[in-house]
Amino acid sequence: MAPILDIKNLYKNYGSVEILKDINVAIEPGDFLVLVGPSGCGKSTLLNCIAGLEPITSGSIGIGGRDMTEVSPKDRDIAMVFQSYALYPTMSVAKNITFGMKVRGVDAATQEKKLNEVAQQLQIEPLLQRRPGQLSGGQRQRVAMGRALVRDPKLFLFDEPLSNLDAKLRVEMRTEIKKLHQNLNATMVYVTHDQIEAMTLATKIVVLKGGIVQQIGSPAEIYNKPANLFVADFMGSPAMNLIPARAKANGTGTKIEIERAGAAPLVLTDTHAKGLPEDVILGLRPEDIAEAGFRAGEDVQEADCLIDMVEPAGADTYVVSQLGGKQVTARLHAETSARTGETLPLAFDLSKVSYFAPESGERLN
Amino acid sequence: MTDIALTTAHSPSRNWGRIALRWLLFTLLGLFALFYLMPLFVMVTTSLKSLEEIRTGSLVAFPREVTFEAWRTAWSGACTGIQCEGLRPYFWNSVILAIPAVLISTMLGALNGYVIAQWKFKGANLIFSLMLFGCFIPFQVVLLPMARMLGIMGIAGTIPGLIFVHVIYGIGFTTLFFRNYYVTIPQELVKAAKVDGAGFFRIFWSIFLPLSLPIIVVTVIWQFTQIWNDFLFGVSFSQAGTQPVTVALNNIVNSTTGVKEYNVDMAAAIIAALPTLLVYVVAGKYFIRGLTAGSVKG
Repeated sequence: MAPILDIKNLYKNYGSVEILKDINVAIEPGDFLVLVGPSGCGKSTLLNCIAGLEPITSGSIGIGGRDMTEVSPKDRDIAMVFQSYALYPTMSVAKNITFGMKVRGVDAATQEKKLNEVAQQLQIEPLLQRRPGQLSGGQRQRVAMGRALVRDPKLFLFDEPLSNLDAKLRVEMRTEIKKLHQNLNATMVYVTHDQIEAMTLATKIVVLKGGIVQQIGSPAEIYNKPANLFVADFMGSPAMNLIPARAKANGTGTKIEIERAGAAPLVLTDTHAKGLPEDVILGLRPEDIAEAGFRAGEDVQEADCLIDMVEPAGADTYVVSQLGGKQVTARLHAETSARTGETLPLAFDLSKVSYFAPESGERLN
Repeated sequence: MTDIALTTAHSPSRNWGRIALRWLLFTLLGLFALFYLMPLFVMVTTSLKSLEEIRTGSLVAFPREVTFEAWRTAWSGACTGIQCEGLRPYFWNSVILAIPAVLISTMLGALNGYVIAQWKFKGANLIFSLMLFGCFIPFQVVLLPMARMLGIMGIAGTIPGLIFVHVIYGIGFTTLFFRNYYVTIPQELVKAAKVDGAGFFRIFWSIFLPLSLPIIVVTVIWQFTQIWNDFLFGVSFSQAGTQPVTVALNNIVNSTTGVKEYNVDMAAAIIAALPTLLVYVVAGKYFIRGLTAGSVKG
């Protein structure tokens, strides 16, 4: 199937400042693409470029198989939801939703029909005659979505739509957006700085930093096999443990040594890793370090570690230990016997390990 | 709330102090109000007196016998030079001059402000600065070039000529007003409308103008007051028959022969000032609201 959105070699400069560098992204119909990155990474600019609200410096953007690089926003067959909702303040909710159809000269009967469909879908029927100023944040959010839905476009664009909502409402709306995506089987591009939003919503994630794509992949790929240190650190909460270590090849695999202050080095043997340089950064997510005896598998290795801190979080308990000069977090079950200042045998699941080159930050395995 | 109630209950002396301060404040404000109203009082009472009474009576006394003769004379009989038609023709000159000039300059200001605030282009800030600069050019400086300009355009001494002058001179201010108002409106609104398929004028007409009532009122009051009260442009760029009311008022006051008809002069001055007064009374509350709009997000 032809990609519904096809971005090729996109560059965007403001004056002499390069905002986006050589972006190449393609998605299939029905995909949910999330652009994620820290603030200032160019993700919103990229979305504006897709919408046609910002001209691009070079490269091309194709939507629905057509080259849209020079096409104005209204002819791109897109709908967009903005961070501030951008509802027209002097128009009623109904008029907000039908404005686009009115501008395009859709007849009144069709407008009415579509309005009712969307209002029903988003449960905003009682609000149709109100002004945006009389609505709560969550209601405004729904109206903004309604304005996009009513267009039935090839591509939905969302620019941090949930960042103005409080935590509880954000989770609710996140679920609703996901449901909407499944029910409509629509193609969506979604910008966020919240990596949890990215993980829960996306079928495909683009991680951006400094205008450069760091990694493109499914949430599982991004989470389990981050392409570099930045992605490893950015995605996941609490963040992945990144521990400086020394690798030495031996007969069956690689011996990994991690320095510990005031104790013998921690030695693990990875039977799969091959051809690692001597200095590496070992990446292991907190949930891949468990209490000994609670994790089984041929790549699980146990070692005694001094526990510096215990943080009960309800469902889990996080413990922190000093390894290789870094605070390493392990996610244990809630009823752990870990005590601050005591040693505890921890199980390291090396089947999930990532290795990175310390200098370039690139993934090694 | 409870804290305040407790402290007031427990310290009556401070309470008295506050009441005394309040009274002092109101007394002072009252005195100022009287001081400022005094000239108007003298004008109104004098305009209602007969000449005989003015000559014999006190300046600040109420009229013994109220007569509207002076008002009638001022409106339709007073002499401006050799003609004795009163203010009436000149008053209408001012009306047909001020209304289009106010509307055109407000409309252009709204468009300019919309472009400068929401459709940023290269040099937008420079153009805005130059327009601001235009606000501070003294009237006298532009008199000669403007006269030449009007001559070239063939509208010297006509009412359209005066409208043109006032529109040009007003654009700086009206643009400033609208630009500062529109700059507080999030840019995402334009983006959303663009995605919805609306063009430049559609967005202006359907989204920005309906939002602009407070600033339109401010601009209209400001422009109307400026244009109606203008004397220098009026006296420089008009000729007999196209003079605005301010020029006619000056001529009435200055061209009386023999006895000075103070009652007629006063009545004429009040008539000439009445429209601006009316605009303030009708739209004044929007004026304050519009000036402070944007400072607090609604």
